[in-house]
Parts: sequence; C-alpha cells; structure tokens
Amino acid sequence: MTVIRSRAVRLGATVATLAALVLSAGCASDDEGAAPGDTAAGGGSTIKEGLSVAFLPKQVNNPYFTVSDNGGKAAVEEFKGEYKEVGPSEATASSQVSYLNTLTQQGSDVIVVSANDPNAICGAVNQARQGGAKVVTFDSDTNKDCRDLFVNQVTGQGIAENQVKLISDAIGGQGKVAILSATANATNQNAWIELMKTELKKPEYSKIELVTTVYGDDKDDKSFQETQGLLSSHPDLKGIISPTTVGVAAAARYLSGSQYKGKVALTGLGTPNQMRDFVKNGTVKSFALWNPADLGYLAAYAGAALASGMITGKEGDKFTAGKLGEYTVAADGVLVLGPPTVFDAANIDQFDF
Amino acid sequence: MAPEGTGRPARWFAAFGTWDVLVIVVLALVVVASSVLVEGFASARFWGFLLLDIVPIALIALPMTLIVITGEIDLSVASVLGLSSAVLGQLWVTGLPLPLVLLLVVLLGAVLGAVNGLFIAGFGLPSLAVTIGTLALYRGLAYVVLGDRAVADFPIGWTSNSIEVLPGTTVPWVVLPLALLAVGFGVVLHYTPIGRGLYAMGNNDQAATFSGIAVARTKFWLYVVTGAVAALAGVFWTMRYASARADNGSGLELSVVAAVLLGGVSIFGGRGSLVGVLAGVLLLMTLRNALQLADVPADTLTVVTGALLIISVVGPNLFGMLRDRTRRRRSAVSPVAGAPGA
Repeated sequence: MTVIRSRAVRLGATVATLAALVLSAGCASDDEGAAPGDTAAGGGSTIKEGLSVAFLPKQVNNPYFTVSDNGGKAAVEEFKGEYKEVGPSEATASSQVSYLNTLTQQGSDVIVVSANDPNAICGAVNQARQGGAKVVTFDSDTNKDCRDLFVNQVTGQGIAENQVKLISDAIGGQGKVAILSATANATNQNAWIELMKTELKKPEYSKIELVTTVYGDDKDDKSFQETQGLLSSHPDLKGIISPTTVGVAAAARYLSGSQYKGKVALTGLGTPNQMRDFVKNGTVKSFALWNPADLGYLAAYAGAALASGMITGKEGDKFTAGKLGEYTVAADGVLVLGPPTVFDAANIDQFDF
Repeated sequence: MAPEGTGRPARWFAAFGTWDVLVIVVLALVVVASSVLVEGFASARFWGFLLLDIVPIALIALPMTLIVITGEIDLSVASVLGLSSAVLGQLWVTGLPLPLVLLLVVLLGAVLGAVNGLFIAGFGLPSLAVTIGTLALYRGLAYVVLGDRAVADFPIGWTSNSIEVLPGTTVPWVVLPLALLAVGFGVVLHYTPIGRGLYAMGNNDQAATFSGIAVARTKFWLYVVTGAVAALAGVFWTMRYASARADNGSGLELSVVAAVLLGGVSIFGGRGSLVGVLAGVLLLMTLRNALQLADVPADTLTVVTGALLIISVVGPNLFGMLRDRTRRRRSAVSPVAGAPGA
C-alpha cells in the first residue's frame, strides 16, 4: 500500500516540478533585461547617464582588486551610472564564466573584467557582447579579439625594468634572486617574468642570477610557504621579486619574522598599506605599484565611453577620463595608465590605499 | 512539522517517506520562488547556462552515487578531471589527432580510477584516506604535466560545438548523452542484481560477501568507471572553456558530494536513488545560479552550499528517525544505527 502511494506521490511531485520548469521556461520572454540600444559609433560626445557598470575581478576579497574596483565605483558615481562588483571567491577561470553569464542575463551595459585565463572566458565574453554589453579588460587581458578594450596598468617593459632595477639596488648588483609569482597561468605575471629575464641579460645585471620562479597562487598561506621553501632550498639567495600584491605581503611577513630579515632583499608590487610596516622595520627597502584605484577609474570611464558611442576602441580614439585627463587608444585596443610609482620609507606615508 | 503520535501525521510521513521526494518538492519551490523574485531567472537563456554548469557535476555524480551507496567515497574525481584536462592539452600539443587524444584521456581516467580501486578494494584501505591522497597526487601530477601553461589552441569546431544548443532551443546538446548515461546508471542501480548487490554491500559488507556478492571486484570496477567518467567530464570541461589547465575543476568534488548527499544518498551507504541525486544536482545548482543572479556575494554562496551539505547529512537520518517513530514500527534493521562500513 505505502509503496504504491509513495510512488504515486513521487510521480506527482516529479510531474509538478516538470510543470514548474516548463512554466518558468515558458514565461521566458525574449526581452532579457533592458537591452541597451545600439548607439551609432561616434554618435555621442558625452557619457550617457544611468549606464549599468559591473566590475568582475579575478576574485573578490583580494585587497588589490577591492581598491581598484572602488576606483571604478568613484568613476561610475561621477558619470551617474549604476555600479556593482561581482566575482568568485576563488581565482579560477571557470568561476568567472558563470558570473559573465549572469551579467549577460542581467543586461549589463559595461562589464569590466580582469581575466583569470585569456581563453577560457572568451566564449562568455562574446555572449555578453552579443547581449549588448561593452567589455573592458583591466590588469589581465583576454585574447584581444574578444574584448573591446584593455586597460593596461603599465607596459610590461616598464614593470620589468622597474622591478629588476629595484632588486639590483637592494642586493648591490650581484647575487642569486628568485621570483614569487601568482597563479601559474596569470597572463600578466608570465609576460612580466619573461621580460624580467630579458632585462637581466643586460650587462649591468650580469652578476645577478635568477635561480627559480615559484607560484603562490595569490593565496597568502601558499605564498608564505613558497617563500619558506625558497629560502630552505636556496640558502644563498640574495633577493626575491614578487610582482603580486598577495605574494609580496606574504613574503615580507615571512622574512620579517625569520633570520633572513635584512639579509635577503625583497621587492615587488604591493600596496602601501600592506607594506608600510615592512618598509619601516627594514624588511623591504622599496617596492612599486601603479595606483590601482586609478586603473579601475580609467577602466570604468573607458567602458562608459564605449557604451555611449564616444569611442569604438580603434587605434587613435580619444576620450577624457574624468580627473585623469585625456587618453588615446593604442594599437590592439590597449590603453596604458602610466609608469609605476616607487614607494620607500621617504614617501610611503603620502599614500593610503 | 512535529509528529503528533498517530493519525494524520503518520499518513503524511508514510506518503513522504523518501527524502528524494522532498528534494524534488523543494526544487519546485525554489524554481517557482526564483521565477517570481529573481529578475532574469524565468528565461530560456538562464536554463541554457545552468545546464552547461550542471553537466560536469551531474556526470560525475552518476558513478559517485553508486560508490556512496556501497558505503565508500571518491574524493579524487576533480583531480582526475584536472589531470585529464592537462594530459589532453599536452597530447594535443604533441600533435596527436584529437579523437585519439580523447580516447587516451578516457583510458587514463580508467587507469587513475583503477589505482584508487586497487588500494581500496584490493588492499582494503579506507576509501576516504586513499582518495584524499589521490586528490593531492593527481592534482600534483596535473601540474607536473602542464606546469604553468594553459593549452588553448584547440580546433574551434570542437570548442564551439561543445556548447552548441539543440536546434530551436537553448538546451545544450551535451544534455542528451548525459541523459542517456543517467538512464543507464539508473537501470543498473535500480533494476539489476548488480544494483541490489550495491545496496547490500552498503548495508553490510560481510553479509553481502556471504550471500555470494563479489564485493571487492564490484568496488574495484566502480572506481574504474568513476575515473573514466571523471576523465570524460575533463574532456567536456576543457572543450567548454577552450582551455586545458592543471587547475581545471578544482574543488568540484565538493559540489558532487554535496549534490549526491543532498539527493538523499546516505553517507553510510545502503540508501539512495539516482532520481534523487539528479534532483539534488539540479537543486544545488539552480539555487546557486539563482542567488548569483540576485547578486548574492560569492562568500554567501559558499555558506549556502556548506549549509545544504550539513542539512543533507543530518536531514535524511532525522527524517528516518521521525518516520520510524510515527510508524511505531520497530524494524529489525534501523537505517539510522548503521555503522559506517569503511
């Protein structure tokens, strides 16, 4: 008896669910959110009000992206748009895809994304663009044919020259150095590391030897362990370059609490707030970064200029990005923010980010 | 909700005697509520995206269901997926034809599963310990194979076809083979002696052995099948994201296990159904995607998944206890007091 009844109930429940699914798919109207109208290129000279701008960082709760997204927020408030930040808690490519899909469904006008993988998110980015969104990448690019613009913090060359010079100054121009990077696939990290290797071939750095590159995956604990591992496997190491904000802070924390403090030099890309104590206690002499808030700010303006039809993203397009002034699109739809800033004991207290 | 002795509640519990029915009902409620509350949920496009997200999880959940029913577990599935993806990329770079590469990768998955099976069924080691070990081992090997590179130059035909939809719908075509496999696994589990043997093992390994079921051999082959299916999921993953990477599918094992338990499969083995598991996968992912669409932050999503996992472990047991109490019927074997086999 009960068997029959429970089977009947099960069948009933299944049918009811299917009906609900069909109904929900049935009400699927084809106007999915407010699809932005196609503005003719060059038709606008000012930024439209009410643009919905979504920031999709590599991962949320990463201090660097928090600062840069807040810069974007400030820009969006200036041109009276709607700002939001969404993103995965793990920096993986596939997790970004589902967020891009969500933004596509919500009909965002502008999506500003930092890619965890140059290829993996391309399909989703293209779907978003077909849905009427303008897509701007910042910090880490996708393949150039699937986004509208890429806002580059600096040129890779600028970073490589700066980092190699800082480490060379810190170790007196000779000795073994290592690199502590983020994830093994981070587009920008790998490009910079290659450029650093090229830079190190210059005669003035002939006495510096790059022994290895290790990956902390932009996770604090893993970066900390990798630093520890570096020093136990290379006891004669003179310096570490960590061109990632998570890595450099973790490495500094390890060094400042170990016997290597002051003996092994560390430089990298970090934020002044993270690194202030380590600069003041002598663990780190100097490090560099662009202003991530400005990066987000510029990316938001670039996206808004695209969505308002002021620019199309082709080389030579000009627009004004609020307080940062006028920018010109370079080849391959790239915008360059500017040269990196070096922070040391003398100037670090002038910055708060 | 609380039972009042006999009468109406007893009937209610008798009718809703199975957890999977409850999961289906909750799923229906989630769908209806989200359609009303979440803008953009009730759209064909949402379901297209959702189904693509579901495919790898549902695929691996099929053999995982059988394994958990026997009272074991396999936590290495996501690492098998990652290693398969890495090997796929590496073989493609060396210039082998893609169909051959795919065949080799699925074979590799079967071998990886066989390693698990050998330790668990062959040497009688606890599956939890073994597969935590291979979770780390296989992921590590994936990094050895591909290191810091991502292979992405797959033929566009393969990558775009992997997310192609059935004509006139937003349903991805890959749902069809998935459905066929689901039917296959469902038939084996619920309508064959093999399936009955799996339940018997989950309830009592020794009794199953004495009644003539080849426990070790069955478990070994289950792990082989799971490995092959996880590799298949790796192939789909690689093609869908057009990128072979060593970190593909990290953390996916948790979603799979959560979906299986949520679907009413007992972690102690011996109880569960495939329909329930598929409902569990749908519920988990629908809820996640709906919350994402409602702009709920990622951390909260993780909390929701964790809470669902706890509910699904505690729920069926509590449910069973309540039901037994209302029925006032002392059965010889209480499903709650089943000690874990491993």
